[in-house]
Amino acid sequence: MPISIDRDEVQRLVAEEAAHVVEVLPASEYEDEHIAGAINIPLKELNEQATRLLDRGRPVIVYCYDYQ
Amino acid sequence: MSPRAAARLATLGFTRVYDYAAGKADWGSFNLPLNGRAGTETRAGAHVRSDVPTCRLDEPLRHVCQRVEKAGWDTCFVVDEAGIVIGRLGRSALRGQQEQSVGDAMMPGPSTVRPSARLEAMVKRMHEQNLSNLPVTTSDGRLVGLLMREDAERVVPR
Repeated sequence: MPISIDRDEVQRLVAEEAAHVVEVLPASEYEDEHIAGAINIPLKELNEQATRLLDRGRPVIVYCYDYQ
Repeated sequence: MSPRAAARLATLGFTRVYDYAAGKADWGSFNLPLNGRAGTETRAGAHVRSDVPTCRLDEPLRHVCQRVEKAGWDTCFVVDEAGIVIGRLGRSALRGQQEQSVGDAMMPGPSTVRPSARLEAMVKRMHEQNLSNLPVTTSDGRLVGLLMREDAERVVPR
């Protein structure tokens, strides 16, 4: 069950647990701007193959632009 | 969108999935680093002067004026104990009746912008509204610094 977190927890998970940070917006929006250190896997491409580069032992944080 | 992505990852067998629903809009508004074509350097937060003076409501105005003048500034932000902006002392307040309190002299609730505001838009706004600077605060009202028009126009010429 995914857990909702705030920016402080994002920073903690990255610093202490080497969390993956994944932007799920389309590539053009990622290229325009993204959280430093984030990778891009657009929601429409979020499948078994695309997630192979993620280490399942580490936390995975997903985000888009805002709550919309 | 991110809640759906988090749910999708869970269906793919990921067990430690977190949703940062406030997203990069929130991240940028707290002056945290963004990369990309329109990354941090094109934002107001990267170009503020963070040494702008601050004072507290209960400080004697006379002392504040002396401190601000010594630092070479002609403005000062009044902040609470958490660093949240509650007012601003402008040139006239700093040169006026120094026997009054900071609270009486300040302009309450000054307009502010977020660190993630596009520098180009801020230059346009300062030009249109004939402003020489814009206070920059985080989304929860903490002072980041003062964006000077001259600094912004050096990066984004009109």
